Amino acid sequence: MPAIEILGLEKIYNVGFWRKRTRRALHPLHLSVEEGEIFGFLGPNGAGKTTTLKILMGLVFPTSGTARILDLGLDDPRMKAQIGFLPEQPYFYDYLTARELLKYYGQLSGVDAKYLSRRVDDVLDQVGLANSANVQLRKFSKGMLQRAGIAQAILHDPKVVFLDEPMSGLDPMGRREVRNLIEKLKAAGKTVFFSTHILSDAEALCDRVAILHMGELRGVGAVAELTAGVHGKVEIVWHGTNVPSVVRSITAEIHSAAGITRAVLPEESQDAVLEGLRREGFHLISLTPVRTSLEDYFVAQLGSATKEEAVSIRG
Amino acid sequence: MNSRILHIATNTFREAVRDRVLYNLIAFALLMSIAAVLVGQISIHIERLVVINLGLTAVSLFGLVIAILIGIGLVSKEMDKRTLYTVLSRPVRRWEFIAGKFFGLTGTLIVNTFFMAIGVFAALAYVSHHFVRSDAWVLAALYFIVLQFVLITALALFFSSFSTPIFSAVFAFWLFVIGNFAGDLRNFAAMTHGVTRALATAAAYIVPNFSDLNVISQVAHGEAVPIRLIILNTAYVTVYALAVLSGAVVIFERRNLK
Repeated sequence: MPAIEILGLEKIYNVGFWRKRTRRALHPLHLSVEEGEIFGFLGPNGAGKTTTLKILMGLVFPTSGTARILDLGLDDPRMKAQIGFLPEQPYFYDYLTARELLKYYGQLSGVDAKYLSRRVDDVLDQVGLANSANVQLRKFSKGMLQRAGIAQAILHDPKVVFLDEPMSGLDPMGRREVRNLIEKLKAAGKTVFFSTHILSDAEALCDRVAILHMGELRGVGAVAELTAGVHGKVEIVWHGTNVPSVVRSITAEIHSAAGITRAVLPEESQDAVLEGLRREGFHLISLTPVRTSLEDYFVAQLGSATKEEAVSIRG
Repeated sequence: MNSRILHIATNTFREAVRDRVLYNLIAFALLMSIAAVLVGQISIHIERLVVINLGLTAVSLFGLVIAILIGIGLVSKEMDKRTLYTVLSRPVRRWEFIAGKFFGLTGTLIVNTFFMAIGVFAALAYVSHHFVRSDAWVLAALYFIVLQFVLITALALFFSSFSTPIFSAVFAFWLFVIGNFAGDLRNFAAMTHGVTRALATAAAYIVPNFSDLNVISQVAHGEAVPIRLIILNTAYVTVYALAVLSGAVVIFERRNLK
């Protein structure tokens, strides 16, 4: 049984007051996330990531389609008792202290009153807010609010955790701590569904990712699977700061320093470049394949999407 | 009351207290102290009338301002600040949120009114040195004022569920003013004929009847409040507030939280 099953969720907004127009925020989306997975939901700003999360949380109603979480409907309180949610740039009741806030959320989530205080202290400690437990949230920095947000999302020990841009506003140490926390959640058997546009985080953490662009799913799968289809690149290094004409005609990624030159080229052009270097008497130092990253795949996907849009606009 | 409604209500009360809403009690205490001292000095045997009139009117106005100013933000503020996201993503039904907010603000107003009532009786004791039997009806007038707050809170919450705070405040205040003339509107309807009569009658019964909830002048003159009126007003406010809150729930249940 998948932990999250999205079956054709679509969202179209009506915009404009006098002249009603429609804006499609999400094309029919089909997605399935298995239990215990860390699933990355990637896309640039405005891709439809937050809309999808809001629909799953019951904050926004879909125009069509449905979804099930832990095999329960989106409006089922039994399902909501088993999920945790961190919204993007969270804002909380700032007149409460961190401890009061978590206690309130614990009460709403139905955490047993006998264990609530201890659980609140544990979670505050886990997110590094133990020393600020009795400080009102209006005195918190952005990073501290993000930690409080993560704390409230995991407070009631949910089976599925939804995190919308969890690294946002955190310093490098904070980001590393959140990454560790997500890994701990996975180790505890939880399912983590998180949206991000920081690709290195997704690459480091996710079992699988989905890429969304302009409300449309552009790809889904394990990071290795997705990047396998992208043409690789090679880095060629030679002595001297002169650049042969054949290299110049192929790439602009050329850097010279300390008497050596590096160029990054498409894999398929390496033979022609090596031939050119030999012919012109350059002394080759190295040729190394550059690992294809999720970023390459992401850029390739968004690039092709942009081209398709341009064609459809012209057409 | 289920526990989630209770927790939301408690949090709403806590927000009002931390936002220093109860500081209005200081202004009220000052007003009553000054009134008591002045009335005591210019005594012409209308001390009770003046203190009761002034005290109850102040209780009503202070509470009205709080009910409207806080009520209009009960839902819209939570939507604007997105604090709702982390509440409604929990096992909390939208109607439970509306109910919790309503009880929280009503509770705040009841506590506020309780302390103000102590102030009114203290001023009364200061100017007349003793209580008389008819002073008990001041309690009935205070009860009616609380019923007014229940209505206003429900109305403000209703408007807050779909409108901006400014429009909500205007609508709620406008209904309060019109509602104070509900009796006159009914009399006017009775004097007309045909379509005008039908429209005026409908309007007279749709607007909240605040005029029957105002017995301040009557009580200040030492007149009794009929038990029948207390029962009818209680039933009326219960039904009216339930209808308005149901409307708020129906609207809020369908809203997309952008």
